[in-house]
Amino acid sequence: MTQTAVRVRGLTKRYGEVRAVRGIDLSIHPGEVYAILGPNGAGKSTTVEILEGYRRRDGGEVSVLGTDPGRPTRRWRSRLGIVLQTASDAAELTVRETVRHFAAYYPDPRDPDEVLAQVGLAGKAGSRVRRLSGGQRRRVDVALGIIGRPEILFLDEPTTGFDPEARRRFWALVRSLAGDGTTIVLTTHYLDEVEALADRVSVIAAGRVVAEGPPGTLGGRAAAMTEITWTEDGAPRTLATGDPTRTVVELAARFGGEIPGLTVTRPTLEDVYLRLIKGVRDE
Amino acid sequence: MSDTMTGPVAATVPHAPGLPSALRLGWARARVETLMFFREKDSAIFVFAFPIVLLVIFGSIFAGQVEGTGISVSQVYVAGLLGAGVMTAFQGLAIGIAMDRDDGTLKRLAGTPLPRSAYFLGKAGQVLVSSVVQAAVLLAIGFTLYDLPAPEGAGGWLTFGWVALLGVTGSALLGVAASSLPRSGKSASVVVTLPFVVLQFISGVFVPISQLPDWLVRVASFFPLKWMCQGFRSVFLGEAGAALEVTGSYELDRVALVLAAWVTGGLVLCLATFRWKGRHDG
Repeated sequence: MTQTAVRVRGLTKRYGEVRAVRGIDLSIHPGEVYAILGPNGAGKSTTVEILEGYRRRDGGEVSVLGTDPGRPTRRWRSRLGIVLQTASDAAELTVRETVRHFAAYYPDPRDPDEVLAQVGLAGKAGSRVRRLSGGQRRRVDVALGIIGRPEILFLDEPTTGFDPEARRRFWALVRSLAGDGTTIVLTTHYLDEVEALADRVSVIAAGRVVAEGPPGTLGGRAAAMTEITWTEDGAPRTLATGDPTRTVVELAARFGGEIPGLTVTRPTLEDVYLRLIKGVRDE
Repeated sequence: MSDTMTGPVAATVPHAPGLPSALRLGWARARVETLMFFREKDSAIFVFAFPIVLLVIFGSIFAGQVEGTGISVSQVYVAGLLGAGVMTAFQGLAIGIAMDRDDGTLKRLAGTPLPRSAYFLGKAGQVLVSSVVQAAVLLAIGFTLYDLPAPEGAGGWLTFGWVALLGVTGSALLGVAASSLPRSGKSASVVVTLPFVVLQFISGVFVPISQLPDWLVRVASFFPLKWMCQGFRSVFLGEAGAALEVTGSYELDRVALVLAAWVTGGLVLCLATFRWKGRHDG
């Protein structure tokens, strides 16, 4: 498949003496949910802002929906949705007025009331934005991001301030958008969010991509050692193994049935992530 | 760009529905900007009440006539406050845009297909509405309470019209340029209001310009406010009032020249200095 929603080759950006981005390559397919992980200051936000057309790059090739974001056009912008990290604007408008107003910017917007229902704000449509809670305001941001029926949606830490239920509902919304063919570029610090949503993830540290792949196999996660613990002779025992199933079967045979205090733990995405960024942090 | 970068895209463009025009979106922006302005009740009331309160206070303190002219002092104040009222376009835009930059409005809008011109059209529309309402209220009070004479014939109204139009345009552009000065939205009202108040005092809004020292008048002459007030005095005080001017004449040609220069210069200044991003957004 030669079509790509986002294609980045050799991207570089420096701020004065600081080389924030040092040669990043990315390929994001249409309809994919793609997560970008990385510690603060790793070049993640700079990269995403270059893709969004907010920031100019110093070097490399970038194409988003076939257009160079360094030369954004209105037509191109109308095909993008951006959910920013912080905004406290338009506080005196009602939720519905805000969403309707933004809908007018786009050639083929979604229905404002449907969007409000999708983000779970139908009951707050008549409230002034100023009166909303932090999580509700965040959902207005999301509504404004998808109102234009974008082909690609950038989500920058979208669920900060959400309660667990709102978060699950937001995940369902992202899945349904992706199911409709919207490409989604997600940056977040919540690794469970990445695990739940992302088809692929890349980890950026010190201005470079240090690992890329599906969350389940990132950084050799699938092949990594599984930790098995149990209790034997009143003492806790631990074993790291590449063949956890065989180990458990052997233990079961040894105990003749139930294994006391058995746990089988695969390395979490967080374990893998922390290991990946540890080595490059001080570079 | 490289040949592998075929977006899913190019093919759909010819059939895509058209983008809304900048004019239509400018209108939509003006509507929500005006709505937000009036819903921010405290500041809207302040903007409208401030010149009225000043007019009533000054009109009561200096209830007499300006000697030898037959013009009442409060009539002089109505003309001066009209100038100050028109120039609140400067204050409103300088503070409003600095806040928009700070609270994420500009960044959010920059990420949408909204044309930049529509943003400015919206601001202009909001400022125009508030200036017109302010001028109307001041004139109504002037006509009813202070025997302000109506402008003489079509010529008087014409002068009133062009002074107001050039004045509000120049002030608005100056405001857009000044919006880049404050470091944050919070500091904007301080950074903008103090110089504006000083300018009002040296431009003949509160103190008759002929009573100011020469050097202050010279400083004030660089800015549009002095000339706007002068233009409005020519409309409402008539020939008898010309004696109160520094040069003994309203110098309407110079009023036009300076205000037009501010419109041009303000536009250049805006284009040269305007920032869409905050200082900390890199």
